[in-house]
Amino acid sequence: MANKVIVETTINGDPVELLCEPRQSLLEVLRDVLELTGSKEGCLTGDCGACTVVIDGRPVCSCLMLGVEAAGKQISTVEGLASGTALHVLQQKFLEHASLQCGICTPGFLMSAKALLDHNPNPTEAEIRYALAGNLCRCTGYDKIVRAVTDAAATMAGRSRPAHGAVPAETASGMTGEMLAKGEVK
Amino acid sequence: MAASTTNGFRVIGTRPIRHDGVDKVTGRAKYGADYAFPGMLHGKVLRSPHPHANIKSIKVDKALALPGVKAIVTSADLPQMPDKMEAAGEQAINLNHLSANILARGKALYDGHAIAAVAATSPHIADEALRLIEVEYEPLPPVMTVEDALKPGAPILLPSLRNKEEGPDKETNVAAHLQFKRGDVAEGFKQADYVIEREFKTAMVHQGYIEPHNAIGIYNADGHATIYCSTQGSFVVRALSAAVLGLSEGKIKVVPAEIGGGFGGKTTVYLEPLSVLLSQKTGHPVKMTMTRAEVLRATGPTSGSTIRCKMGATRDGKIVAAQCWLAYEAGGFPGSPVGAGAMTILAPYNIPNILVDAYDVVVNRPKTAAYRAPGASNAAMASETVLDEIAEKCGLDPLDIRILNGSHDGTPQTVGPPFKRIGFIETLEAIKNGEHYKSKLTGANRGRGVASGFWFNVGLQSSATVNIHTDGTVSVVIGSVDIGGTRAAQAMIAAEVLGVDINDVRPTIADTDSIGHTDVTGGSRTCFATGWAVYEAAQDCIRQLKERAAKLWEKKPEEVVFQNGVFSPTQANGVKPMSLKEMAPRLARTGGPIVGRATVNARGVGPAFATVCVDVEVDPDTGKTQILRATIAQDVGKAIHPSYVEGQMQGGMAQGIGWALNEEYFYDDRGILRNTGLLDYRMPTCLDLPALETLIVEVPTPGHPLGVRGVGEVSIVPPPAAVANAIYHAVGVRMTELPMSPPRLLKAILKKRAAGETQAAAAD
Ligand code: FES
Ligand code: FES
Repeated sequence: MANKVIVETTINGDPVELLCEPRQSLLEVLRDVLELTGSKEGCLTGDCGACTVVIDGRPVCSCLMLGVEAAGKQISTVEGLASGTALHVLQQKFLEHASLQCGICTPGFLMSAKALLDHNPNPTEAEIRYALAGNLCRCTGYDKIVRAVTDAAATMAGRSRPAHGAVPAETASGMTGEMLAKGEVK
Repeated sequence: MAASTTNGFRVIGTRPIRHDGVDKVTGRAKYGADYAFPGMLHGKVLRSPHPHANIKSIKVDKALALPGVKAIVTSADLPQMPDKMEAAGEQAINLNHLSANILARGKALYDGHAIAAVAATSPHIADEALRLIEVEYEPLPPVMTVEDALKPGAPILLPSLRNKEEGPDKETNVAAHLQFKRGDVAEGFKQADYVIEREFKTAMVHQGYIEPHNAIGIYNADGHATIYCSTQGSFVVRALSAAVLGLSEGKIKVVPAEIGGGFGGKTTVYLEPLSVLLSQKTGHPVKMTMTRAEVLRATGPTSGSTIRCKMGATRDGKIVAAQCWLAYEAGGFPGSPVGAGAMTILAPYNIPNILVDAYDVVVNRPKTAAYRAPGASNAAMASETVLDEIAEKCGLDPLDIRILNGSHDGTPQTVGPPFKRIGFIETLEAIKNGEHYKSKLTGANRGRGVASGFWFNVGLQSSATVNIHTDGTVSVVIGSVDIGGTRAAQAMIAAEVLGVDINDVRPTIADTDSIGHTDVTGGSRTCFATGWAVYEAAQDCIRQLKERAAKLWEKKPEEVVFQNGVFSPTQANGVKPMSLKEMAPRLARTGGPIVGRATVNARGVGPAFATVCVDVEVDPDTGKTQILRATIAQDVGKAIHPSYVEGQMQGGMAQGIGWALNEEYFYDDRGILRNTGLLDYRMPTCLDLPALETLIVEVPTPGHPLGVRGVGEVSIVPPPAAVANAIYHAVGVRMTELPMSPPRLLKAILKKRAAGETQAAAAD
């Protein structure tokens, strides 16, 4: 049996003292010891980015780090992204652009995107795609994620938001809204 | 929310923020692995290191002696199942095979096949215990490809497997042979000016959902069990777990957690029954999660395949005959999607003479499961590239040859009955008239390809309840888990019908005790069938509300109308009309709460078509293909929430591009899977893809109250063929193998170059 170790660290601005086994990854410590289950596990090998947290300003796969290595570090997780009930611009833009389908990749993308915008408030699309290349999303094809991050950067910089994707052409549906509103139901 | 309207709809066709959104961007949403219970143990699975072996013995004493280990189970702990088929959403499942896939019975049939499961006080102790279990294997020669499995004298995987043609005495690896026929292909080919015949191979690929499988089983002293898990179908989990464990269904409650992707792969059970069994043995909740390697080795990818496709056309481009032969890897147990492959391969076209043969073949690979339009992408890779060759021979634009031959209302389907209202031609025209196809593609080693695809979509059963609260807000309760934003769509349908604001509707996904039977989230059915149930349940509320208004106004229910969100009497005579919000506080006084209910067994599904256009650039020195631009046009019937409809189109296209270019199961010559991580099982990243452009086509499904067709699957069908066609137009090589990875494409380019040089030398 491994002997547990006391680790002192800072998580989302709060000092934390925790007890973990030396073999536990930071991701395991966050999820199972501290019950911060917002960081997700997709692979445990550093390939999917679902576990991304920001440590001392840099995005890190928390599955590749040991919990004991967190000592003395400043760690930000998705749970600390919003301020109270006010969402971070990135969170808001992910919602507006429908950038999540299943949502399992979302915490990791948000943290990678936050680390990017903190360093580079005005990234090009290529820079956004490069910064997010370590995060896998299997649902969206990334299009709406890239749009959300672009829009978030613009909003945070006070620029006007880029146009949303076109609204689809008039429908040829047999049922119209008027029919429904008038109670002419099928 | 701005009051925008589409075709007179107030809510449908707008883009509200999903109701579960805040939970999902703050990390608060609970996926299966996020649950924990007091006293919970952790379960792990021991897996076979051999692709094909008899299991001589399993010794667990040493493992059980490890402090912290609480229980170990093997197939001996599961009841022997009769060879019986049970419906599970889109598929039918043989329970004997299902049980033997969950824990191997006598034989290991693939690298990673589950042998035993351990429950311990920590996941690390459970891992240590696995290493202490002693299994004696008798390795057998593995059968890894359909070609090897079909060879006379091939090693047999399942001694009891028989098929009709070979008879009751013949051991075989062929689980089924299907044939579809129309007209006379021999006569048809005689009329053809051009005949193209090619053989294709496509690799086994995985759905690649980011969330590994998980389950928590809690077995109670009273004989009831609860399962928390991420699944596409909580009722399927209940039915299959009960069957495998020999429990009655009513003894199990399944609580569907949020789900981190499935794409068909989470429509069956692996860990769920094991977690209950281990809980039963220990009296503790037992949590089990898979590692990524376990997901790749031992859950259900989709089939690799060998397909031969022969097509004949007249000089003017009319296809007169087509003959196809398909053999799909089922994995260790029967049940590949080859039937769907056979029924989709020619479906987009009106061809007078067809003959399609399809073989379901067992091989020493994991048992395949559904993957987004199962079987159709492999098939379309063959037919849609052969058609591209024919178009070139005829000197026709690839879209025009498809429009010329394309299925439309009344065209007979491969299975016989004619299509009803479909929108295939409309997708072709959307691409043809779109900015992408009209744009000029210039530059060396660049090419443009198009391809189309068909998928059936399904209906199946759904239930919904709609509750009117006293403040006029509404809750919608459904049983369809939300894998891509469908919850918002269901709320929008209720809001539209009831004349309330979308933010006054809360959708909830209930457990199996709290809502009527609802089949899997799959088959592109959720907005179609569950949406239909929600529509009817909301209408049920309207009917009841009319009765209440009639009571208040001392009129007959027929004398109340509901228009533009307002109830009013047909004869106004001074009565003030009321909205739902005004009616709601009066429910207690007029007869009590209102609950709208509906169930559907949805018939008349609307088949889906999509057409994809891609531009590529090939690096002729490395064989690497870069996607420059990609557009998909898809007939969705009616887009309820256009953003999530686009999302389905984009996501399917991205998966199809991955399938085209990089993804494959790589087994070594001993039958061991060598790429068990996401670095080597290479799915597209942000950098591999361009913006994904979408053209929503809306040809309503007749019969559905809102014209919904379903949107989840067909987007994955055209991309591999579209990319192959684009590669041909870029560098002049016809690829017949998936994936078209750099080494494979480079080899083809070098071969072509060498052939060119030989020709040039001969001419000198
Ligand atoms: S779980 Fe850490 S990168 Fe996948
Ligand atoms: S939204 Fe499902 S993996 Fe990204």
